[in-house]
Amino acid sequence: MPSLLFCGPKMAACGIVISIWGVIMLGMLGIFFSAKSAVLIEDVPFTEEDIRNDKFPPQAIYSLYNQVGINCFIAAAVYVAVGAVSLCQVRLNKRQEYMVT
Amino acid sequence: MGSLFRSEDMCLAQLFLQAGSAYDCISELGETGLVEFRDLNPSVNCFQRKFVNEIKRCEEMERILGFLLREIKKADLPLPDRDVNPVAPLPKHIMATMEQLQRLEAELSEVTRNKEKLQKNLRELTEYTHMLHVTKNFAQRGSEQDPPQAQYEEFPFLERDAALDYTGMQRMGAKLGFISGLIQRPKIEAFERMMWRVCKGYTILSYSEIDEYLEDPDTGEPTKSVVFLISYWGELIGQKVKKICDCYHCHLYPYPSSREERTDVVEGLGTRIQDLNTVLLRTDDYLRQVLKKASESVYTWYIEVKKMKAIYYVLNLCSLDVTNKCLISEVWCPVGDLGAVRQALEEGSRKSGATLPSFVNRIPSNDTPPTLIKTNKFTSGFQNIVDAYGVGTYREVNPAPFTIITFPFLFAVMFGDLGHGLIMAVFAFWMVLYENNRKLKNTRNEIWNTFFEGRYIILLMGLFSIYTGLIYNDCFSKSLNLFGSGWSVKAMFDAGVWKGSDIAANRFLILDPNITGVFKGPYPLGIDPIWNLANNRLTFLNSYKMKMSVILGIVHMSFGVVLSVYNHLHFRKKSNLYLVFLPELLFMWCLFGYLVFMVVYKWLAFSAAESKTAPSILIHFINMFLMQSSGNQLLYPGQIGVQGFLLVIALLSVPVLLLGKPLYLYWLHNGSQRLGMYRGYERVRRGSEEELSLMHAQDMEEGSGHSDPSTSREHQKEQINFGDEFLHQGIHTIEYCLGCVSNTASYLRLWALSLAHAQLSEVLWRMVMHLGLRVDTSLGVLFLVPVFGLFAVLTVSILLVMEGLSAFLHALRLHWVEFQNKFYSGNGIKFSPFSFALLASSFDHDGFP
Repeated sequence: MPSLLFCGPKMAACGIVISIWGVIMLGMLGIFFSAKSAVLIEDVPFTEEDIRNDKFPPQAIYSLYNQVGINCFIAAAVYVAVGAVSLCQVRLNKRQEYMVT
Repeated sequence: MGSLFRSEDMCLAQLFLQAGSAYDCISELGETGLVEFRDLNPSVNCFQRKFVNEIKRCEEMERILGFLLREIKKADLPLPDRDVNPVAPLPKHIMATMEQLQRLEAELSEVTRNKEKLQKNLRELTEYTHMLHVTKNFAQRGSEQDPPQAQYEEFPFLERDAALDYTGMQRMGAKLGFISGLIQRPKIEAFERMMWRVCKGYTILSYSEIDEYLEDPDTGEPTKSVVFLISYWGELIGQKVKKICDCYHCHLYPYPSSREERTDVVEGLGTRIQDLNTVLLRTDDYLRQVLKKASESVYTWYIEVKKMKAIYYVLNLCSLDVTNKCLISEVWCPVGDLGAVRQALEEGSRKSGATLPSFVNRIPSNDTPPTLIKTNKFTSGFQNIVDAYGVGTYREVNPAPFTIITFPFLFAVMFGDLGHGLIMAVFAFWMVLYENNRKLKNTRNEIWNTFFEGRYIILLMGLFSIYTGLIYNDCFSKSLNLFGSGWSVKAMFDAGVWKGSDIAANRFLILDPNITGVFKGPYPLGIDPIWNLANNRLTFLNSYKMKMSVILGIVHMSFGVVLSVYNHLHFRKKSNLYLVFLPELLFMWCLFGYLVFMVVYKWLAFSAAESKTAPSILIHFINMFLMQSSGNQLLYPGQIGVQGFLLVIALLSVPVLLLGKPLYLYWLHNGSQRLGMYRGYERVRRGSEEELSLMHAQDMEEGSGHSDPSTSREHQKEQINFGDEFLHQGIHTIEYCLGCVSNTASYLRLWALSLAHAQLSEVLWRMVMHLGLRVDTSLGVLFLVPVFGLFAVLTVSILLVMEGLSAFLHALRLHWVEFQNKFYSGNGIKFSPFSFALLASSFDHDGFP
């Protein structure tokens, strides 16, 4: 079986750090979007029509908020996977280093 | 007693070392690292010193050790753990080590030489094999068909095969000779042309290139070679051909004339190559074995030799006394450590088994001792950044203990972001947790070492940034709504000020705090999160941050001026308290302290109801200097009177600062001339010890410090220094007064950098993260993943590293210039003790792995 190692120790460490940061930050962003935080209004992709044509305001905006929140959670899950891959790389790198010395 | 506030009390001491135990005593002193040796033989050339032979021997051993380490590194052997710390060996033990090292060196060089010879042989044999292989094709080709090249009409019968050739030549009565060999690829054309021109067609050259790269026997590099075969007849031609081959550096090999001979030679070559390979393998193994055995103790030897060299270097600094049995050296030593020095000397004497002990004796000295401040791993970082500006004068107040808090705080005021502070703190915390990890400690990357040395500074910077991030309510450029905003938009509708149509009609609407219910009260901690959504956010924040910067600046500078009191008291210059400190403080507080008062007063006394008519502090402050009334509303009743009074005090303190001290010294030195004579008369009359000592103490207090015999000399001294004193004080006054203004303005960089950081953070969010969040297609979520990665990388590189370094630099400048020039002179020399621990660091810098 060919070696599964494709990045060096430093790259793998960077991967782990960014993954942990990504999971935490995207998770929190997801929570804040689901809580309909007002500060994040600029990041919600609403248009003029959404506001004008809304029958039951502010449900349209709220559903958009939820959508962005779910996007963030999915991205956080992807980062969990990236983190797991990076962890594997770190372990493989350590094992290879151990074998050489 | 070690204290961070002031540098240690130092004394000059004399060490009397018995000749037999000098080495051991100095070894003990080196292990403990307590004293700094002074050079007692400054005029002696380093080649004429007493222990120069020993040092030469040490350097010879260092050379051999360096050679060994290089060989070990070339052979890719691992070096053992580097935590050993052997003591310096005695001179008699070192001879054995020296012999061992020399033997190792001889053995290694011999083995390496043999190995190289064998490898050269191997390469030559390989070339020969290739040559035979290729020329076999020549002969075959010649026998099977007409050779396409080198047709010479004069000798048509050469087209036949080799055996026939020979008989043909015999008929001619001349001998056919062959020269074969290898030549480098670039030279073959020139070679051929030369051969043609010189031999005028009496030779035939056939050549063919070898496809693979062979190693050149002389250099060992892979080169492309060409095998050639020259057939000629005639002795003279043969000699010419040989000479030309020599010129072109060809490698010539004997050409076998018959097929059987050829096969024999090929077989023989094959066997020899195999043998050589085996021998080379064995040699390699032996070499590795020798190096492996050496690698176990090479580090110990290295440290031992380094320590020994250091000890002999120090011994060279000592001087011999008249009896030649005792070495005397002068050292600077902290007063508190004299006991430890005595103990070390006793230990050294005991180890060397000397009968007479070595001892230490404190001697008085007029030289300024070096400055020593004892630090631990936490405070050493802060002490380093203070020392980078200037090492403190002996026994001066040390700004480092205050820097531990003020520096991270001022950094945080400029950095002020919760998220970034958190990342910085986590990074520094990781470094602190792994600070004993050898790999992290011993890397030779300069930039990493700088960050690692400052890990506690970075940790504090990060923690304080988290705090200021909470105050500014800024986390990756978004505000956190922890307690519920104090502003209510609904109240504007309830009061009837806004209607539904207003929202569609206007781009911006203003929340009016004067209407009931709109402003419910201030946010409990920090800036209200609603400002993050406001369009006039910067107008509000700028005013707030500028005022805050001025307040922080005045507080910091006043603190610096107050610290100078400790210096004045310690150096027994009480007059400075009234003539320097008091005018300085009054000048700063009457002018800029009053500004701070006005800022705080306006914050407290005026509310939103009067905001349209509130007086401008700037105008009032300017009018204070111009002595005009501002015409409109006063801040508080009686303002004009108070301002006038403060201005008068400030203006009066300037001449006091300028002339006070020089005039006082002048009066002291002139007035006491008369007093001195009076005192002398009194001494003659009374002559009791008590009175004398009392008057002496009084003299000291007044700062004149002269005793009877030296009075005239002191007069001379003060006479000369008066002009100097006046000039110095003049410069100090101008520097201080103008500096007050410019330094206060300089603290506005706290506002400027925090604004820049907040704006950069917001731009990064808007340009990067916003793009990832606002895509609403189903594939949009996959877009968010790389966008976040980019956001993270840019945050670290631009906002953490670049802005962090920038804020670090500006906070450092504020400390070095604005804070320290109020009390710190920094003219000292750093105490550099003789310590083996400090030597160890140079091992890593010598290029050893």
